[in-house]
Amino acid sequence: MAISTIWVFAQEANGAPTSGTLELLTKARSLGGSVAAFVGGDASAIAGSLGEYGASTVYATGDLGGALPGVAVASAMKAVIDGGSNPDLVMFPQNYEGRDVMSRLSVKLDRTVLTNSIDIAVDGDTVSATTPVFGGNTLVTATFTGTGPHLVAFRPKSFAAEPAGGGAPEVVSAPVPDLGSTAGAAVTAVHVEESTGPKLDEAAIVVAGGRGLGEAEKFAMVDELASVLKGAAGASRAIVDAGWVPYSMQVGQTGKVVKPNVYIAAGISGATQHMVGMKGSKNIIAINKDAEAPIFGVADLGIVGDVHKVLPKLIEALQARG
Amino acid sequence: MKVIVCVKQIPDPATPGELDPATNQLKREGKLILDESDSYGVEMALQLVDAAGGGEVAIVSMAPNDEVSGMRTALAMGAAQGVLVSDPALAGSDALTTAKVLAAAVQRLGGADLVLAGTESSDGYTGTVPEQMAELLGLPSVTFAKSVAVDGGSLKVDRQTEAGYDEVTCPLPALVSVTAGVVEPRYPSFKGIMAAKSKPVETVTAADLGVSPAGWAGAGQTISEVAQAPAREAGTVIEDDGEAFGKIVEYLEGLKVI
Repeated sequence: MAISTIWVFAQEANGAPTSGTLELLTKARSLGGSVAAFVGGDASAIAGSLGEYGASTVYATGDLGGALPGVAVASAMKAVIDGGSNPDLVMFPQNYEGRDVMSRLSVKLDRTVLTNSIDIAVDGDTVSATTPVFGGNTLVTATFTGTGPHLVAFRPKSFAAEPAGGGAPEVVSAPVPDLGSTAGAAVTAVHVEESTGPKLDEAAIVVAGGRGLGEAEKFAMVDELASVLKGAAGASRAIVDAGWVPYSMQVGQTGKVVKPNVYIAAGISGATQHMVGMKGSKNIIAINKDAEAPIFGVADLGIVGDVHKVLPKLIEALQARG
Repeated sequence: MKVIVCVKQIPDPATPGELDPATNQLKREGKLILDESDSYGVEMALQLVDAAGGGEVAIVSMAPNDEVSGMRTALAMGAAQGVLVSDPALAGSDALTTAKVLAAAVQRLGGADLVLAGTESSDGYTGTVPEQMAELLGLPSVTFAKSVAVDGGSLKVDRQTEAGYDEVTCPLPALVSVTAGVVEPRYPSFKGIMAAKSKPVETVTAADLGVSPAGWAGAGQTISEVAQAPAREAGTVIEDDGEAFGKIVEYLEGLKVI
């Protein structure tokens, strides 16, 4: 039998479904069968939008009371499945919560997971997902060999979100069962590190800095160039790990996926981890002193040179234009 | 306080990754090193045990060919003992099987007050193993921790989020996956390196741990296609002669963004 039911792990931000949620719902409804959204929390604010993008059913756990969603939402999903509503496929966004819920559910169902996917194909009983590896130069397609539910996590921006004009979905309560020994991880305070200017994943121009900057203080050059170009500043994992800039600025596999009109990589060598987060940019400019750096393989304009010399002159020249 | 750290031994990331055309597995030949992202977990474990006034740090790892060179690095940093799961039958294991193996290895060491893991490996980066292990061990978990402190019977964790970080509390025993972040992994001292050579590492098979099926047979997935992505054409690369910034200005003008 073909796919008859697909669940999408749905997330909310500021009273609306996240863009990743809408992307997955759009893809889910193209695969055939009925689509349900599964919300860890209260769904009343977003159920309408979820319906508009194709969810005919919305499962909602209700307020999690600060509990981290991983084990809580997975347990609620398992309870619905045990109750007889069995999805053939569950789609997750490749982010913190998506990964945690998927991991917990994979053990509860004893099912494998496919992660970091950018595409999915359903052919009768066969479900395959495609993942780029080695900086996106190679595409690996993996096919599930066991029975469903199949669990797949997708990178942000893998699909375009388009509303389907669907009506209000049926909202079904899916409470979190007793978590036993796995309970207890809870958020006690939330800290937001907002940056000024356009958001990193929405900016038309992104200037990102890496280890080639040499020291944390030099990141100011990246900030300044981004500000002159009215863009957003980003960073490679290396300097986020080193504590130079907050994680919210990280571009790459474990950070944000960006597809701006212009991406300027300053002192970034182009590790796999970074490339998958920016290769979709329309125009790429790279400055790095190592002529062999992989980043030059994807750059439209590559400058082999010292960022400490090139950036100040570039900033000055742009400022002079006013 | 007893802390067990999951460590992965990976090919040197300085050499580019490659798939074996015969098996579609990531090639993991030659000497393996301690995944840098796991050295933070080892450091954090050592600091927590120190802060708790004593205890033990142990490590678990899964690797082909009885490979222990990466584990020796962790032992040289100060871990006391380790369990290595090495078994040809595990080649091609998916993340879930890996989690089952490592969870069983943790149990073989008698469990722990705290299990630490990296958030994802630097070579496979599935990123699901720690949370899967937590479920298998019946533990609460906090993923993506950038700092961890023990306060009596519970943990205080700063957990990274998309927008910043959350303060999270969690009762012990628990599993925590750590990002790089606030701790600076120590370099093994000469004395530590010498001492590591005689520290006990037990090598076991999947069957010893009672985990099966393993490897490709147990993966629940098969690689059906490997293709080259449409290549992005490399553009112009020029040497900076002191005036290269002008080329960038011209390029941006051409795009009409300035």
